[in-house]
Amino acid sequence: MSDENRSVKISSEQQGADISYPVIKKDHYEKMKGEAEYIRDVPFEGLYESAFVRTTIPHGRIRKINLPDLPEGYHSIGGEDVPFNRCHSVGDEQPVFTDGEVRFIGEAILMIAGPEKKICEELCSRTEVEYDELPAVLELKDATESYQDYHYDKGDPDKAFREAHEVYSETFETGYQEQAYIEPQGVVSVYDREKDLLQIFGSMQCPYYVHGALKIAFERDDSQVRVVQTVTGGAFGGKEDYPSLVSCRAAAAALKTGHPVRISYGRREDMSVTTKRHPAILEYSAALDEQGLITGLRVRIRLDAGGYPGLSCVVLQRSVIAASNVYNVPNMDVSGSIMYTNTPSNGAFRGFGGPQSIFAVETLMNHLAARYGMTPLEYRRKHFFKEGDVTSTNGRVHQHVPIPEMLEKAEELIDYSRKYEEYGKPQTGRYRRGIGMSVFFHGCGFTGSGEAGVPIKDENGNITGYNGGSSLKLVKDNKDRVEILISNTDMGQGLKTTFSKIASKCLGIPYEDVTVKNPDTQRVPNSGPTVASRSIMITGKLVERAALKLKAQWIPGEHQEIEEKYIHPDFLIPWDNDTFQGDAYPAFSYGLNVAEVELDTLTGASRLIDAAGVFDVGHTIDRTIMLGQAEGGMLQAFGYGSMEKMESRNGRLMQNSFTDYMIPTSMDTVPFRIAFIDNPYSWGPFGAKGAGELTLDGGAAAYEAALEEAMGREMSAIPATPERVLKALDGGTEG
Amino acid sequence: MISFTLNGEKVESRGNGNERLLDVLREEFSLTGPKEGCGEGECGACAVLMDGRLTNSCITPLANAAGREVVTIEGYSRTDRYRVLEKCFAEEGAVQCGFCTPGMVMAAEGLLSVDPDPSEEDVRLAISGNLCRCTGYNMIIKAIMRASKEGKGLW
Repeated sequence: MSDENRSVKISSEQQGADISYPVIKKDHYEKMKGEAEYIRDVPFEGLYESAFVRTTIPHGRIRKINLPDLPEGYHSIGGEDVPFNRCHSVGDEQPVFTDGEVRFIGEAILMIAGPEKKICEELCSRTEVEYDELPAVLELKDATESYQDYHYDKGDPDKAFREAHEVYSETFETGYQEQAYIEPQGVVSVYDREKDLLQIFGSMQCPYYVHGALKIAFERDDSQVRVVQTVTGGAFGGKEDYPSLVSCRAAAAALKTGHPVRISYGRREDMSVTTKRHPAILEYSAALDEQGLITGLRVRIRLDAGGYPGLSCVVLQRSVIAASNVYNVPNMDVSGSIMYTNTPSNGAFRGFGGPQSIFAVETLMNHLAARYGMTPLEYRRKHFFKEGDVTSTNGRVHQHVPIPEMLEKAEELIDYSRKYEEYGKPQTGRYRRGIGMSVFFHGCGFTGSGEAGVPIKDENGNITGYNGGSSLKLVKDNKDRVEILISNTDMGQGLKTTFSKIASKCLGIPYEDVTVKNPDTQRVPNSGPTVASRSIMITGKLVERAALKLKAQWIPGEHQEIEEKYIHPDFLIPWDNDTFQGDAYPAFSYGLNVAEVELDTLTGASRLIDAAGVFDVGHTIDRTIMLGQAEGGMLQAFGYGSMEKMESRNGRLMQNSFTDYMIPTSMDTVPFRIAFIDNPYSWGPFGAKGAGELTLDGGAAAYEAALEEAMGREMSAIPATPERVLKALDGGTEG
Repeated sequence: MISFTLNGEKVESRGNGNERLLDVLREEFSLTGPKEGCGEGECGACAVLMDGRLTNSCITPLANAAGREVVTIEGYSRTDRYRVLEKCFAEEGAVQCGFCTPGMVMAAEGLLSVDPDPSEEDVRLAISGNLCRCTGYNMIIKAIMRASKEGKGLW
């Protein structure tokens, strides 16, 4: 642990000090005391519980449903109770209640709601469903049908491969990862008949996604739907679009029964049916010159989307754009597909398509370095991009890339190069050690022009403007206290605190006088979803601008309101989503991870013995909060690379509890050495860039690199379970 | 009727002996500090102290509480020891989503009450039955270590 992060002192008197100086989090006391109200803790009068009848075959059609006689007070709710029986995500593919074709095991066919959860469950278990089964696609490697394909070229890849001194090819595989937020999915729907208002309260990242989905499914206007986020016990992407689905189901039940209806998943139900990180197969071919340097890359990425596409196309965009990570590759031919399989749908998870590509590129770099007699670091140094270079999509690296400073910091923190050399010497005995490094980036905010909305083009096809953009409001009361009205949510990442700090600092008022409440769509404008590492950089910038505006107009003791709307940066090369050309992101955040592991060659088990993380997230808004992002994200990444194993067999996920899907415990980790490089970004508030996802992008690659050094063997897949390690130790390549 | 001591007061529960203690605490006594994260004793979000020992209330039948002393975060948060933990958790940034926090605090008390001067390894072991997906644990471990020093004499 570097000194600057050790044992921070807390003060609310931060005026004058750097904004990074930590404060007590806004929600600290209520969470510590157990007083914070998560959805399961909120009382509702006359509340009905619920349970689901779910599909038990991976592919087919429902022929007949035989419901048992329902006792008084118990209702069955199905597709016929939803006017437009589709849950809106990017598209409208997934039914709210599956009523025709079955596309994976665990889809909700119908729901039984009533006073007692146990009785609902029992009635569901007595419901019989008859199917006509159809052939199913159960494995990504067997999938042939894609929902969406993307392709882009850079330079002249054909020429690069034609003239290559050598071509090296390798196929990488990555597995599922479950978000494993500790609070399972949960919502309550309350229908207010008098006001004809359909309401949802629940655990979620994106209230306006839920709002939009309800409007479409129930054919309602803006004012007839209300969505309120309750304290959210972790999300990591798992509560990006999935809450829309449970909300539509709860709403159908509330409308039908006239009672508030709660959907509250148990852990096994949650793990079995909700979205996860996409398993991926990534085929890489590198054109190499005489020195072994990469002149071209041909990349084909396939993500397992599962039974419905959901957000998968957006995830894939990030995967393909990250295909060359932080390296200068002049010629590229990249394609990607999201594949239909008859397994539960996959979706958003912190990193959002990045971790798969970064694992592949980083491992490829290590393997190429070994082939050409260089250390992984020497080889990387010959390829790192820098300010002014051209990105994979012919955009520009517009800002300083602090990789040299990060490398220097990493050496200082964990003595990487010396240990790499030491562990590279022949090792004997049962326990062996290795150290591995990964360097990576994360594009901040939505991909392409997503922040601005849909481009408006003139008759020549030139982009003349955009139709969207998020907005927010600041409200000052007559006691000069300010509330920030936004739809972004705090799910543990500390948004209420960081946003309050930005506003208080700009306004020159105490931190205590600024509040951010859980969003209620009847009160807050749409400042966008809490995704894509966009909250601080995009909405936080709006807070900064609005606060400066309010300060300029400040009238003590008077009620004042300020609205502010998103402004698209003016320096960008316009993004074309059809050709994947232009600036995919306004800025990149950078990360460097080092993992040091000890391997038990007898059992194949490995453990972390030291780790370092160096990050450039622009300027940190709160050093302690950022440290929490780094610590938590890195451990999720090491879990992804090593122990978090989930697999589907015959269309069924084989792991659905903390007993069989193991996430790291306190015994699986060590103190991390973490440092931040200050590299302010002028379009972010106080210089801040995206931070949340970056921290999980590269750890898996570093872990695997460390294992490879310990083994003296190469691997191409994660997670590096003991089985995989033993196989690699046994005979070279593993599968 | 099953009687036990709950947060320092003698109480009687109407529940059946085979009901989960977690449900009795949350529903009958409206103590929603203990959370259900898995319902199988794996995550520790439901942890309470029973006669001073860390106990997962989701796999504890009510009958097991008969005649014993049960402490939840609601009761514990009125103590001086809690206040030290509250400060140290704040300063070390040990709380993110907060769902595991009440259980973590009970685990900290369960350790410090028998070992007021633990090593880092002791702390690691003491919270190993409490899953946290947000923090990566180190900030929680540092908070507990720090509390053991700042709260010297309280434990």
